[in-house]
Amino acid sequence: MNLLIPAFGLLIWTLVAFLVVYFILKKFAWPAIIGGLKKREETIAESLATAETVKAEMAQIKSENEVLLAKAREERALMLKEARETKDKIINEAKEQAKVEANKIIVEAQAAIDTQKMAAITEVKNQIGKLVIEVSEKVLRRELNDKKSQEDHVRSLVDEVKLN
Amino acid sequence: MGATFSLVLLIFFNTSFAGQNGDSTAPKKEKIFDADEVIFGHISDGHEFHFFSYHSGGKEHHVTIPLPVILYSPQKGLTSFMSSSFEHGEKTVKGYALLTGENMEEWKLDSKKYHAGQIIAVNEHGEPEPGVKVYDFSLSRNVVQMILALALLVWVMLVIAKKYKRGEGVKTAPKGIQSLLEPVITFIRDDVAKPNLGHKYEKYLPYIETVFFFILFNALIALIPGSANVAGNIAFTMLLALTAFVVILISSNKHYWKHIFWPPVPLGVKFILILVEILGVFTKPFALMIRLFANMLAGHIIIICLVSLIFIFGTLNKVAGYSASPFSVAFVVFIYFIEILVAFLQAYIFAMLTAVFVGQAFEGEHHDEEVHL
Repeated sequence: MNLLIPAFGLLIWTLVAFLVVYFILKKFAWPAIIGGLKKREETIAESLATAETVKAEMAQIKSENEVLLAKAREERALMLKEARETKDKIINEAKEQAKVEANKIIVEAQAAIDTQKMAAITEVKNQIGKLVIEVSEKVLRRELNDKKSQEDHVRSLVDEVKLN
Repeated sequence: MGATFSLVLLIFFNTSFAGQNGDSTAPKKEKIFDADEVIFGHISDGHEFHFFSYHSGGKEHHVTIPLPVILYSPQKGLTSFMSSSFEHGEKTVKGYALLTGENMEEWKLDSKKYHAGQIIAVNEHGEPEPGVKVYDFSLSRNVVQMILALALLVWVMLVIAKKYKRGEGVKTAPKGIQSLLEPVITFIRDDVAKPNLGHKYEKYLPYIETVFFFILFNALIALIPGSANVAGNIAFTMLLALTAFVVILISSNKHYWKHIFWPPVPLGVKFILILVEILGVFTKPFALMIRLFANMLAGHIIIICLVSLIFIFGTLNKVAGYSASPFSVAFVVFIYFIEILVAFLQAYIFAMLTAVFVGQAFEGEHHDEEVHL
């Protein structure tokens, strides 16, 4: 039964031991340990929160970038389209101009040809007139003595002369 | 930690062989295995660490580590000497005698008042003086082992605390013994202190953690073979329960006392309930004391009984003794594992219930939720 009777000496020693251990640990160990753990937990929580914020910011930046990119793409397309249009316009204008120019040249050429032609015809006519006069002179000189042959000759001459 | 344990063991055993080899001059008959004596000798406190005895040259030799005896009596004053001077009850020292089964019979002392292992005052003729009150403040094996366990506890905690102060485990991952104990410390904080003590938990946390580790270290070290049964000693558990009682009383508020002296029940029941509630104030720490004591003691008794079985069978028949030993050892190993679990469990339960009771003392309005363990 002495197991159930607390020994006074042991009780006192346990009291002393407990108090000493409690005050040593309370002063030197628990604040550092519990404080350290708390600090670490806070740091982890903060880091997680920061990571979350950074993630959100990143997502925002990314979406902004995408908007910018889309805008840039649109602008590029627009610019390309305008360039193409300008190109087409320039080509068309050039073509038009060339056509007008060509037509003008052709008209002028035709006019020149006509003038030349007329000049040539006039000259031919003048030449023919001269020839006729010369021939007539010759004929007149030779055949004035023979009337009949004179007439034949004129006739043949006239036949020979063909305009065109 | 492992290194420290083996160091402690080494010191024990080295000293033990260098220590006093007392010899018994009393004529011994054929030594019969006395299970009762062995079991109670192991689980009770003592003035020496006793490892084993052997017979050689017709004498009984005890392999022990003697421990200092410190006595105070109003008549004789303060005395101190080594327990080895008693020579296991054979001699009286400075007017004191150590009681053993034999000299108690010789002096016809009442076994209800005296018990073996107790130190009593004797007169110059070597006869007991019942009138002289003796206060025994000896560094008994429980005291010495408790001091060793607590020195280990304090050392470990200071090492960890130093690491945290340096920022290890705060900015980096915890290492070594720190990572071994950290989950335990956070477990006590998050699952014992926080749920029961609410917003005031930080104030009580050092106390709860200290109680937990105080019990845990003492219970675990008491599992080393040859060591004393500290956590299974009623004085040890009584002190812890008294501390818990004091803390409960200090933390109590007027809601707590109002609930006890004026419970919110009909008038007829009220007076019965007041009695019950007043009783409850004392039964709570009493239950703490008995629960830890019984659990720790039971484990030790089971182990020592299982080992004793070998020798009980052995005295009947040698073959029976040898054939019982494998079963006994297997059971002892099993119980040992359970005891390791029980050490943690009982430390946890004690800390938990202390937290619950302290929480109830200041909680006030909603303190009807009981935790049953």
